[in-house]
Amino acid sequence: MSEMLGLQDVSKVYGSGETEVLALDAVSLSVAAGEFVAVRGPSGCGKSTLLHVAGGLEAPTSGSVSVAGVDLGTAGAAALARLRRRDVGFVFQRLNLVPALTALENVMLPLELDGTSPRRARAAALEALAAVGLRVGHGLDRYPDDFSGGQQQRIAIARAIVGQRRLLLADEPTGALDTLTADAVVELLASLPAERGVAVVLVTHEPRFASWADRVVSLRDGRIVDESVAPRTEADLAAVTGS
Amino acid sequence: MAVREGLLAVLSERPGHGYQLKSGFEAATGGVWPLNVGQVYTTLDRLARDGLVDVSEADGQRSYRITEDGVAVLGAWWDTVPGDEPPQRDELMLKVLLAVSAGKRQALEVIDRQRKAVMALLQYHRHKPPAGDPGLAQAMVTDALVARAEADLRWLDRCEERLEAGS
Repeated sequence: MSEMLGLQDVSKVYGSGETEVLALDAVSLSVAAGEFVAVRGPSGCGKSTLLHVAGGLEAPTSGSVSVAGVDLGTAGAAALARLRRRDVGFVFQRLNLVPALTALENVMLPLELDGTSPRRARAAALEALAAVGLRVGHGLDRYPDDFSGGQQQRIAIARAIVGQRRLLLADEPTGALDTLTADAVVELLASLPAERGVAVVLVTHEPRFASWADRVVSLRDGRIVDESVAPRTEADLAAVTGS
Repeated sequence: MAVREGLLAVLSERPGHGYQLKSGFEAATGGVWPLNVGQVYTTLDRLARDGLVDVSEADGQRSYRITEDGVAVLGAWWDTVPGDEPPQRDELMLKVLLAVSAGKRQALEVIDRQRKAVMALLQYHRHKPPAGDPGLAQAMVTDALVARAEADLRWLDRCEERLEAGS
């Protein structure tokens, strides 16, 4: 499978001198199209920084990042903005839905900002909402506050995958949800790679959510200390557990 | 695993021959605790000796039935909380504690290794394609494995945080 996200020897330093913090330390990571990767580790291990750098929200101090074959370090501002509008979707713990727009309008927004006609944006938004289990009967003309936390997160995920997005970056998207709703949201994220070919990178501190991923990457002090690929057979499992 | 109480629990449903009891026990426990026939008959002999089951014989086959004393012993067992001497001496905890005494670096290495194995177990169960209807017992056994793996991972994370905080 082709690479959708590539980090090569990426380091990120905040501050300088005595206050210098090395948030990422020579991290290399490749995520294929249609792959679901979870990144976990203790607070302050650098997992959110990794996601921000991967999505072009922050530039790395050194190393290179590419999304869908585009090197973010050499791409111009316009190309970066286009990439973020068309190819990369973000989901955060805070939902960041626009309260003055309806559910449907929230999902249409990134496409309209990109110049898509309202008619096409509406069709694509309805398709994305259907993919997260929300249809016209769910009152898509209502405002975000009229929905439950779980439904709002589904709307946020629909907004992140609307159109032909190829990379979904999710930072603790279940943090504000109860356990059952959170399970449903992670199961939804886990279904996206197979159903839409989207590569998903999920940052979470919760092992139960990370375990849905094809690959779990563990960070400590800004470094990748382990990668765990989901065993598909008992023999694969025995090779890891030694039993 | 208390095979003795397990057989009493199967017998409390209905009397049976040794092989029926073995099959009943294995079905009830989702097939995760296979018993050998010798173990079943040895346990049944002891239960008979202690007056917890009655034995009758017809056509050369012995049949077992739970007694009132057996019902009382089983009732007491249902009410007992397992592992009533906390903390339970599980191997994972022992390994990590001993590794900590050998130093932070050794402890983190052991935590990483154990976490990788437990995470692989959890991932395996998440991704395993459903093989038809697993039945209630097997589904509950899988639930238990998943819940324990999640708890072990959370505990290993907590150990790591404590080690990092203490450094």
